[in-house]
Parts: sequence; C-alpha cells; structure tokens
Amino acid sequence: MKKKYTIPELEEIAIDIREDIIKMLEKAGSGHSAGPLGLADILTALYFDVLKHDPKKPDWNKRDIFLLSNGHCVPVQYATMAHAGYFDRKELMTLRQLGSRLQGHPERTALPGLENTSGPLGCGLSQACGMALAMRMNQEMHRWIYVVMGDGEINEGNVWEGAMLANKYNLNNITAIIDRNNIQIDGPTEDVMPLEDLKAKWEAFGWFVLDIDGNNMEAVIDALNMSRAIVEKPVMIIAHTVPGKGVDFMEYDFHWHGAPPNREEAKEALKDLRTLRGKIRGEHE
Amino acid sequence: MKQMYLKDIHEKLDEEPIRKGFGRGLLQAGKDDENIVAACADLTGSTQMSLFADEFPKRFVQIGVAEQNLVTVGSGLAAMGKIPFVSSYAAFSPGRNWEQIRTTICLNEQPVKIVGSHAGVSVGPDGATHQMLEDIALMRVLPHMVVIAPGDSVEAEKATIAMAKDKKNPCYIRLAREKTPIFTTDKTPFEIGKAYVLSPGKDISIITTGTMTYHALKAADSLYKDGIDAEVVHVPTIKPLDAATILGSVEKTGCAITAEEAQIAAGFGSAIAELLAEHQPVKMKRIGMRDRFGESGDPNALLEHFGLTAKHISMAAHELVE
Repeated sequence: MKKKYTIPELEEIAIDIREDIIKMLEKAGSGHSAGPLGLADILTALYFDVLKHDPKKPDWNKRDIFLLSNGHCVPVQYATMAHAGYFDRKELMTLRQLGSRLQGHPERTALPGLENTSGPLGCGLSQACGMALAMRMNQEMHRWIYVVMGDGEINEGNVWEGAMLANKYNLNNITAIIDRNNIQIDGPTEDVMPLEDLKAKWEAFGWFVLDIDGNNMEAVIDALNMSRAIVEKPVMIIAHTVPGKGVDFMEYDFHWHGAPPNREEAKEALKDLRTLRGKIRGEHE
Repeated sequence: MKQMYLKDIHEKLDEEPIRKGFGRGLLQAGKDDENIVAACADLTGSTQMSLFADEFPKRFVQIGVAEQNLVTVGSGLAAMGKIPFVSSYAAFSPGRNWEQIRTTICLNEQPVKIVGSHAGVSVGPDGATHQMLEDIALMRVLPHMVVIAPGDSVEAEKATIAMAKDKKNPCYIRLAREKTPIFTTDKTPFEIGKAYVLSPGKDISIITTGTMTYHALKAADSLYKDGIDAEVVHVPTIKPLDAATILGSVEKTGCAITAEEAQIAAGFGSAIAELLAEHQPVKMKRIGMRDRFGESGDPNALLEHFGLTAKHISMAAHELVE
C-alpha cells in the first residue's frame, strides 16, 4: 500500500526537490533554473500522490503515464524521480555529463521511468493522444496520461493539432497541465507571442479548463484528482506558477529561464529555500 | 546466381501504381497482427490506406491535414506497443515534419512506419510542390531509420508486410503515384536490407532503386545489343545498404551508374558513392535530379525531360565504358 502523504509533507518534499535542483544545476554548470523550480509542487503532487506507478517496476503495464513535454525542465523530473525511488539521489550530480543517464533533455532510452524523449517543443500532447488512442484500442482507458507543457511551448502549432485531435476522439484520460509562468527565453510570454485569453482558447478547442495556483499544493492535488472525474472532455489545467519559486532573486526574472546558478548564487538559493521551509513549518504548526 | 523470377521485360507488362501494393500489404499485415494500426493526414484514398481503414475502422486514426500531429501521434501509439503506419504525401511527411520524426520517433526509438506517397517527378501534373525529391536524403541521415523504395507494386506489398514484422526500427517507405510496370512476381525474393542482382553482367553495374529499376532493366537490354554487358543491381532498401552485394558487383565490373527519381545530392546515388569511395573507388555516374525542382506535365514527358529513362541510363553507360 502506497503511503498517503499529508499536504505539509508534500510541501516539504517539494522543497527537498528544489534544493536538489539548485545543487544539480550548480554542478552541471548549465541548464534551466526557473521552470524546474516553479514546477516542483506539480511534479511532487504527481509522483507522490496522484500517479499510479511503481518506481521499482517502471515498466509496470498498468501504470499511469507522465510526459514532460517541455523537456528543458527535466531537472525537476530527475530530482522528483530520485526522491520517489527510481534511482539514487547521488546520480543527480551527473546531470549533463558524458555518459550520464541524466541527459540535458530527457531521453527515454537512457533512463527507465522516462516515457518520452523531449526538448524540441510541442510534441508531448500529441504523443499523449497517440497513447490514449492505443489505450482505447486495448480497452485500458482507466490508465491516465498526464502531460506537462510550458506556456511558451504552446506557440508551437503542433500543440493545437493535438488539441483538436484530443477533442475529436474525446480522449478523456488525458490531463494536460500548462506551466503558466509567463516567461519564455526572450522575455514575458505576452511580449514574445501573446497567449491570452488562454482559458477561452482551450475551451474553444473543446477542453474542460481548470485555472489554479500551481504552487499551492492543495489546489494542485484537488485539480489533478478532479480531472480524473471529468469524463466528458479532456482536461487542461492552467497552473499559474512563479518562475524560480522559492529563490528570491530568481522569482519572476526571465533571465533565469535558461541559466544555472554559480557557487555563490547556489548558496544564496539554498538559504532562501531553508527560509521557505521554515515558513511552511510555521504555517502548519 | 539465384533465380529472380522476373517478368520478361520484352513483353507488355501489367502496370499499377506502387502505392496500390502498399495498400494491399497493409491490409494483409493488419489481418496478420492486431497491433498493426494506421493513421492518415486526409489522404486515405490517395495513399491507399483506405483498404485498411475500411476493414479496421477502430484501428485507424484520421488525423486531418496535420502532418506534425500525424507522426507525433504515431510516436505515442508506438510507445503503447502498437506498430503504426502513418501516411501522407512524401512532400508533407517527411517533408514538413522532419524534426518530429527525428526526436519523437528516431531518438525516442519508436517503430513508427512512415509512408510517403507521390514521390518523384512522375507525380506529374500537380507540379513541383507535390513532386517530393528530397525524402531519401532527409530520411537516410537519421539514426535507426530504415529506408525503402520498392521497384513496383508487387514488391511494395512484400515490403509493407516485412516492415510490419519489424517491431524495433522506424522505417520510411517511398511510393510513387503513377502506374509503373510490374516486373517482379510473387516469387521474386524480397528482404529488408538486401539488394538483388536482377540481371548479371560484367562490364558495368547499373545500381538503382524504386521506379528507376525498370528503366535499368530496359537499358541493360539495349546495351547488350550494343556489346555492353551490364549488370542490374536493384536496391529496394536504401538504408541499411547491402554493401556485400553492391561491392561484389562493382568489384566485377569496375564501374557504376546509379539512378533514382530524386535529388542526387545526399540521395541514393550519394549513398552508393559513399560506399564505393570508402571500399571500392571506381568511375561512376549518378542519374537523378540535378539540384533543381520538377514542374507540371505528363509523367512520361517529365521523366524524358529530366533525363530519367532507360535511354539516359544507356547513354551514361556508353560514356563510362568507352
């Protein structure tokens, strides 16, 4: 029987994961900081509460599927998988090094437990559609597919092709999550390529849309669970997150989209995360 | 020499579009294995996927005009244990969706079978936009990808059934639109990765793929009358190349011509040139489209116009041998 974590426990796990993200990126010397930090709560909720999976049997044929479509955020997935027991946390420090299973962008064939190879944006939702169609053919619609996309990512036309297909075939065992952190490489999303009215766009494409605070663990868990109860349509969760969440000097700053912290910055970041941990404990006491 | 069981090219041969053989092969593969599934980007009739779609509607996905989605959905189907055949015109798939094929199929090691119809200038009246010439180059540079260009509809049927049995590799099959002569028979051997000496000779190797093999057989016939004994090597699998058969032929003849209905840059002739340059450098000529696009016209007139006929192969052979 899988352990059921409380909300404060999950929040603390998310902090642990953020600390590992900082350490990994500092060691690697390259990689993306802001997105992974912002996504830590969502990935924690998935791997420690929502997903049906077995870290010791990554090929278990009844497992739910998690797809990270915005592959550049993979440090958060690696850190979460390590904490969930897929592999030893020590391996996190090999990120982006020659011979490592932890490639700079995720490669399915390199690491058991990864379901797709991604990095070039816009493909995850369509891959989820293909998986859902196969599950329907196999009468396995009770298996669920979660796909996380970046908000900048949905500039890609491929995403909207997948959105139409999911609606056409009513692929209701897909829950998609947009990491709505409002930044992409060249700046704020609304300057680079305006996305709003994002909710109305997805609704117009036939999706059931939830709009949540993606850094509020309770809201994340509720939305992910609710999405499994909605059978009329595929579900899109627009999760508003803070890029760089938990590290003061990174929060909301698009310059940290594609940069790692150096030694000094990492030290400061870890200090910020300890403060955040204190706050969480204070709130729940 | 193995018996090739070819039709006699001096007779009037039956003609059929190569894509028809694909359609029959896919239907058969679907009957043999329920994990064979199919998806199409709004060209079900043109690509002959309709035979499968009518027989197995629950295993067929109509994607609409969305080639990027076609192959990424294919990647997802394969990830769940299906063997998906995904079809469109070659100009659009792999013409438009190359990066998705690279990342979600090849690097991701999913055995998706990509079917590109309407390849070559013999597409005819539709013109340059629809006459795909760069697909061989695009597909053969991708790690893991198998590349097949059948010589006629009967071979296309065998190739499709063979592809369906390969649960490991992604594969690209190149199909032509127009009717072409059926020069092979049910008994003619076909195996992925094998090249076949269809007509033995000692003076020159004519190494061809796809629709050009029939022209090579015609050329060898006329060259024989001119006193040149040409060997025709048919290479339906462009990747992986059957190096032993090709090098064996060239070792004997000492010179080679390649012919393809595609750009010669980075295409089939280039693949042969790479092989020969490393292992058996000989004089060679490549026949194909020379860094230009096609145009509208009658298919046979276009082949004549762009120098892609038996006559042009013969002329090149004379130049090389003499």
